[in-house]
Amino acid sequence: MNIFDILGPVMVGPSSSHTAGAVRIGYAARKLLQDKPVSAKIGLHGSFADTGTGHGTDRALVAGLLGMKPDDTRIPDSFQIAARQGLSFSFETVQLKEAHPNTAILTLRGESGRCLEIQAASIGGGRIMIRKLDGIEISFSLEKPTLIVNNEDKPGYVARVAALLSEEQINIASMQLYRNHKTGHAIMVLETDQRVSEAAVSALAGSEGILKAAYFNSEEV
Amino acid sequence: MAFASLQEILTYMEEKSVPFWEAILMEDMAERGVSREDSMKKMLDTWQAMLHASDSYEPQRKSASGLTGGQGSLMEQYCQAGQTLCGPFIGQVITEALKTAESNACMKRIVAAPTAGASGVLPAVLLPCYREHGVSDEQIAQAMYTAAGIGQVIAARASVSGAAGGCQAEIGSASAMAAGALVSLKGGSGKQITHAAAMALKNLLGLVCDPVAGLVEVPCVKRNVVGAVNAMSCADLALAGIESRIPPDQVIDAMREVGDRMDSSLRETGKGGLAATPAGQAVQAPGSFHL
Repeated sequence: MNIFDILGPVMVGPSSSHTAGAVRIGYAARKLLQDKPVSAKIGLHGSFADTGTGHGTDRALVAGLLGMKPDDTRIPDSFQIAARQGLSFSFETVQLKEAHPNTAILTLRGESGRCLEIQAASIGGGRIMIRKLDGIEISFSLEKPTLIVNNEDKPGYVARVAALLSEEQINIASMQLYRNHKTGHAIMVLETDQRVSEAAVSALAGSEGILKAAYFNSEEV
Repeated sequence: MAFASLQEILTYMEEKSVPFWEAILMEDMAERGVSREDSMKKMLDTWQAMLHASDSYEPQRKSASGLTGGQGSLMEQYCQAGQTLCGPFIGQVITEALKTAESNACMKRIVAAPTAGASGVLPAVLLPCYREHGVSDEQIAQAMYTAAGIGQVIAARASVSGAAGGCQAEIGSASAMAAGALVSLKGGSGKQITHAAAMALKNLLGLVCDPVAGLVEVPCVKRNVVGAVNAMSCADLALAGIESRIPPDQVIDAMREVGDRMDSSLRETGKGGLAATPAGQAVQAPGSFHL
């Protein structure tokens, strides 16, 4: 662990896993939705369900959905801010199979109609893992700059994304591929050593057969 | 690459002829690829966040459960009356530990050090030194590097998570970090820093994590006090020339072993210890989502 993981994060309490991690999950969900969320159905599993209110997990998740970071002092007031900003939300207890005890599952709709279902776990110290995206089981941490591409499960897409990154002089640190046979969709998760430009991400998102492309800069949150 | 033992830090200090804190600063520069100024600025910002947490304490604020709030203010008033057993300086240490730990429980902004639950320990010893001893921000930042270096080794060899190692891993680690920071602030040697940390950790070995209703409130807030006061006494022990009979790295290894053997009911599950008492059981987590 880096020394600023030992003395840090600077965060709104009371718990790095149940509060700071929950803000990060909400924030990551907003980024991956790539839209301003207007409705959110939030399922809480395990310890998140048992002690979530006392730890402010609920307010933390909503704060993240509003774009707040773990040190934002408005986190305790996120429900009121959500009402003002037109985000409606609901909570329920869920029991997931083989999920980390601190897991949330969010079903989101954005103002321009985009939808996302995301399952994520808070694994300690404010660190998070994304475990499911739109029904596809995945596993990534967003601790490095990460490009997430949702495409049709057909030949050529990996090459296309790799070519684009190559043109931008971006080195791929790691790459994971996931698929859902039923929907015929696949997800690529690429951790990169350099930042990916917004232009490159939108060029990718606009191309044929690519359903979604999102980029998460690890230094953001 | 982070240091794997306290002994490695001492060896590095000797090789490079640098103080303990600077060894940690250099390691951060190498790990994150940042300049000395950038690293120091981040540490000074972290210190400012600690200061701000204390300055913005709200005596009236209560936690969502209603279990926590107002004790820092009570302690402060008691200290101002001048009749404490511990004296004014330790009185301030106790007050600051309560203020930050309560602020954390009440969803205010704090610095996890090494965790949110133990966030009161390090500022509790640093703030009174800063306010009473005329110590500069830079000197505090140096002491914080020392604390971070100790915490880093504990995280690598054992754990700083209550779920993994019990409260000894949270308050125990925070106390070891704070003890080392104090020795650093007082100009003690690298060896004295590591022995202060070892003694502080030894004194809290075996401490279980048994939060009532699973919340970071009871007994966490008051355990920040014991972590801070323990750090003060262990720093004085080390500065007096008293050493831990068990070498510091072996103390950390023992903490890990004790944590591994600790029953899961005593590792942040809210199922054992104080959480399992009739009074602890009577406390319900507020608005549980179970309908």
